[in-house]
Amino acid sequence: MSLLEVRGLSKRFGGVQAVADLSFTVDEGDVVALIGPNGAGKTTAFACVAGFLAPDAGEVRFRGRALRGLAPHAVNALGIARTFQIMRPFPRLSVVRNVMIATLGRHPDPREAEARARAVLDEVGLAARAAVPAGALTLAERKRLELARALGTEPALLLLDEVMSGLTETETERIVGLVGAINRRGIAILLIEHVMRAVMSLARRIVVLDHGERIAEGTPAEVAGDPRVIEAYLGEEHAGAAAP
Amino acid sequence: MTWLALGGLAVLAVLPAVLGPYALSVFINILFYAYLGQAWNIVGGYAGQLSVGHAAFVGIGGYTAAVLAAETGLTPWVGMLAGGALAAVLGGVIGYLGFRFGLRGFYFVLLTVAFAEVCRIVASNWERVGGAVGLYITFTGDPRQMQFQDDRAWYYIALALTALATAIVWGMERRRFGIYLTAIREDETACEALGVPTFRHKLGAMVLSSFLTGLAGTFYAYRYSSLQPGAVFGIPLSVEIVIRPIVGGAGTLLGPIVGSFILTPLAELSRAWFGQGGWHGAHLIVYGVLLVAVVLFLPQGAVPVLGRLVRRAAP
Amino acid sequence: MAVGLTLIFGVMRVVNFAHGDMMVWGMYLAWLLAARAGIDPYASFAVCATVLFALGWGVQRGLVQRIVDAPHEMQILLMLGVALILENLALLLFGPEPVRVRSALGALTWYLGPLYVDVARLVTFVVAVALTLALAAFLRRTDLGRTIRAAADNPYGARVVGIDVPRVYAVAFGIGAACVGAAGALTAPVLPFQPALGLSASVVSFNIVIIGGMGSLLGAFVGGLLVSVAESLGAVFLRPSLKELVSFSLLIVILLLRPAGLFGRRTP
Repeated sequence: MSLLEVRGLSKRFGGVQAVADLSFTVDEGDVVALIGPNGAGKTTAFACVAGFLAPDAGEVRFRGRALRGLAPHAVNALGIARTFQIMRPFPRLSVVRNVMIATLGRHPDPREAEARARAVLDEVGLAARAAVPAGALTLAERKRLELARALGTEPALLLLDEVMSGLTETETERIVGLVGAINRRGIAILLIEHVMRAVMSLARRIVVLDHGERIAEGTPAEVAGDPRVIEAYLGEEHAGAAAP
Repeated sequence: MTWLALGGLAVLAVLPAVLGPYALSVFINILFYAYLGQAWNIVGGYAGQLSVGHAAFVGIGGYTAAVLAAETGLTPWVGMLAGGALAAVLGGVIGYLGFRFGLRGFYFVLLTVAFAEVCRIVASNWERVGGAVGLYITFTGDPRQMQFQDDRAWYYIALALTALATAIVWGMERRRFGIYLTAIREDETACEALGVPTFRHKLGAMVLSSFLTGLAGTFYAYRYSSLQPGAVFGIPLSVEIVIRPIVGGAGTLLGPIVGSFILTPLAELSRAWFGQGGWHGAHLIVYGVLLVAVVLFLPQGAVPVLGRLVRRAAP
Repeated sequence: MAVGLTLIFGVMRVVNFAHGDMMVWGMYLAWLLAARAGIDPYASFAVCATVLFALGWGVQRGLVQRIVDAPHEMQILLMLGVALILENLALLLFGPEPVRVRSALGALTWYLGPLYVDVARLVTFVVAVALTLALAAFLRRTDLGRTIRAAADNPYGARVVGIDVPRVYAVAFGIGAACVGAAGALTAPVLPFQPALGLSASVVSFNIVIIGGMGSLLGAFVGGLLVSVAESLGAVFLRPSLKELVSFSLLIVILLLRPAGLFGRRTP
């Protein structure tokens, strides 16, 4: 049984079919990337999985359990954590408090939750900034905080929405390393990403979306060689860069 | 910090010995409004759900105790709890509706204002509870009926209420419940993503806050021996409740208390000055100016600023 | 009046609690002009609109603009403060007693067969419709109007293409206040008023705007008609003292059912 099973997922906003009959699976310990041009429906698919949007049709199963009708916090409690493309730190709370909001779910005692939060901050390399209000962080630090908070909920599946966009190359590499390390701890990862090098080095499988539909699926090499994908999205330069 | 708090409490406890009757009544008001502000602070300050209809809970609490006393002879000491409970139920209903239907920010403010106004109109048209004239409580001076010959009794009740509410908030700040509320104030969507059941926590804050506010209704009714719909359900009282924690610092433990120590004497003064000339409402203009000034220049309220001053003075 | 509120909300997403109180100021201005200078309110409404425009413009420039990026609660509190000042200043200056403005048209009644028409009310209605249409045309046809709509849609984009967004906001707020001022002056002859009217006026206009949808002019107008029908029905079947109950209950129901109104977009 797959960890996450998405079958026939559809979502429409007014006249726009954001996601159409989308199916894919994520296995235990897997890394799957969802790619596609802007507006292809990736973030919408994420929101449906995490309980922020109710799909019009189709179903999402996590460990065999249907998620329909669950509030986001309940989905989170089952072990799915998401980050937001536009980061949403609690700006006036300190960095460690930010992560505590996540760890308190599994550790109701604030002292324990704080210890867990500090451990997570260590892992993502933000320990030195623990006491700073989150509003004062740099972009790269805020991306890490977003990641730290999702990790703090101790998920089995992590949904990462563009955690690398806008970062410098060195910063991107460090996040790629971090995500890889998280995955090696056994946490499955579903990521949306535009930074192709990161996708190619992290993902074991890639699902390509265009206009809400799945147009290709396969290993990075298969997808990079698929002419439909190149036409829809990657373009010449990316195809060249992606070939190992 | 603990010593400072105990010291403050000790000073307040012996204060009536040196106060004249007028000063004593001002201090009763300071404590009473600090208590109301602290009760509001739970939902309005910590959870960030601006309720501008909290007067409704004062009214419901007061009317419940007074009507129970008049019709069944129940002592207001118990009626006070009944009033708090009824206020909590209605707070729960209004919170349930507001939060379930996703009313945020301005829409939630409107909902609470409308709720309080509906209560006011219903009370003024319900003859059984005195209609527009309101209820009057015959003065007997019997402490079992929450009536006192000596105003110092009111002072100590108000002090006990304020200490109680502050202790509750202090404990809340240190528990998951309170920590979650501060995050809900900042970003509810992010909270949900991190596994925080926001609805349940907002509702909990609303119920707790309206219960405490309801207790104050009985205090009000018996201290003034009367209840008028316009006074206890009206928007001016809601504004009185909201403005102290905001000026002092919403979502801080000491904000409502500091705010009340600043504002209550100010309100008394402006009432004393302007009231003689028949200039009613002058103190509300002062409130309006203060609100504008605080929003523009001191959005965190007075407490963080005072904290910084204290730290600079005693490093 | 709702038209003014919808413009302010639509453009700036700033909610104006002071709306009803601004209307009351429009009424008192009309009253002052009628009592002191003998100007009929049907002529002086233009003056009231101008003065209120200046007031709205000033409030926006001096106060709201400073915190336009601050959390929503701050703006609510700010407007609550302004509302308190306006209402109680009116109370201080004009006293709590209801007053009424006399207009030359007030005494006129036309008989049309079995119907009789109160001329003053008719003129008020016609002028209100004309103002709404003029405002709609202004927003659609003129450069400034289009600029206002652009700034409402996407303040950031508007700034990028070189629109002075703070100035546009100030103008929009001013126009919103001017509509309210005009509405105040126009209703002054048909309705006795007092400073405490501000709140119920605000509530009525919230009802209208929320039913019609925040930020939609057509919605505001249709909402206005619906609310007045509901309230007249309430007045027929209920005691007069319960009439207000209708507006507030209506507000609660509307809030719960339709946060974005009939013609508005649902904003997250």
